[in-house]
Amino acid sequence: MIAEWLILVFLGIGIVFNTLGVIGLHRFPDVYTRMHAATKATTFGSVFTSFAVIAYAGATYLHTTDSQFITLGLHTVVAVLALALTNAVSSHALARAAHRSGIMPAPSVVDRLKEAGR
Amino acid sequence: MIPFILTFLFSLFIYLVLTAGSGDVGLWSVSELIAGVALSLLTAAIARKFLCRGENYRMANPVRLILIPVYIIGPFFLEVIRANLDVAYRVITGRIRPGIIRVSSGLQTDLGIFMLANSITLTPGTITVDIDESTQDLFIHNINIHPGDEGKQVIPARDLFAFSDLATWIRRIAE
Repeated sequence: MIAEWLILVFLGIGIVFNTLGVIGLHRFPDVYTRMHAATKATTFGSVFTSFAVIAYAGATYLHTTDSQFITLGLHTVVAVLALALTNAVSSHALARAAHRSGIMPAPSVVDRLKEAGR
Repeated sequence: MIPFILTFLFSLFIYLVLTAGSGDVGLWSVSELIAGVALSLLTAAIARKFLCRGENYRMANPVRLILIPVYIIGPFFLEVIRANLDVAYRVITGRIRPGIIRVSSGLQTDLGIFMLANSITLTPGTITVDIDESTQDLFIHNINIHPGDEGKQVIPARDLFAFSDLATWIRRIAE
């Protein structure tokens, strides 16, 4: 019963943040700010939907003691770690590639990287 | 010999995590355990010079390994939640002051810089765009620069975070 509520709350948080990511992708002005919305809000959303899977696997294992649910939970933990690491590395690579190919942050109060001449 | 043992233990650990729940010796079946040991020996023989390239074994210290999950679940996750709510507020209201700032990390090793750069990128509202490798400074695109910060040449890393100084945590783990 508690587990069901926990799963619903996790799914709700995940969907809300995924939705905010989509809205931010449309609202923000340039590539860098859009990347904040797209990659970050989406990661938080995906992490919480994965937490829902882990909660489901844990609760079902306590009910049935079927060891395949341990496998499900652990594989989801591995998926969350892979998601976090690849998201960080790829959004850094995208931002660096955009700046090196001459796309400057369009509304910006300061750009130290351009001043450093890189 | 030490790189061989460390690579063996690391790959055996990954194999055991991925196959947990397969049988009844602990959580694993006998055939999975035998296959895991054999494959880890093979992996260690091939890849021992890759994982321990630096000839520096400080990361084999169990205290540092335990501090990594403590860091991720504790201060880092708290910071990510706060920053996510902040970015959600900026998505809805559209109040942004974007810009690229220069942040001094105070870290020396490659692993420390890697962890700090990835922590900053995963925290919503900040992306590490580039690294100055001569001074170990990070160039960070921030979605909302505090008024007054755009005049400073270099900003210390602790000013980026609201609750805890993640750079100090990473120095404790990786250096």
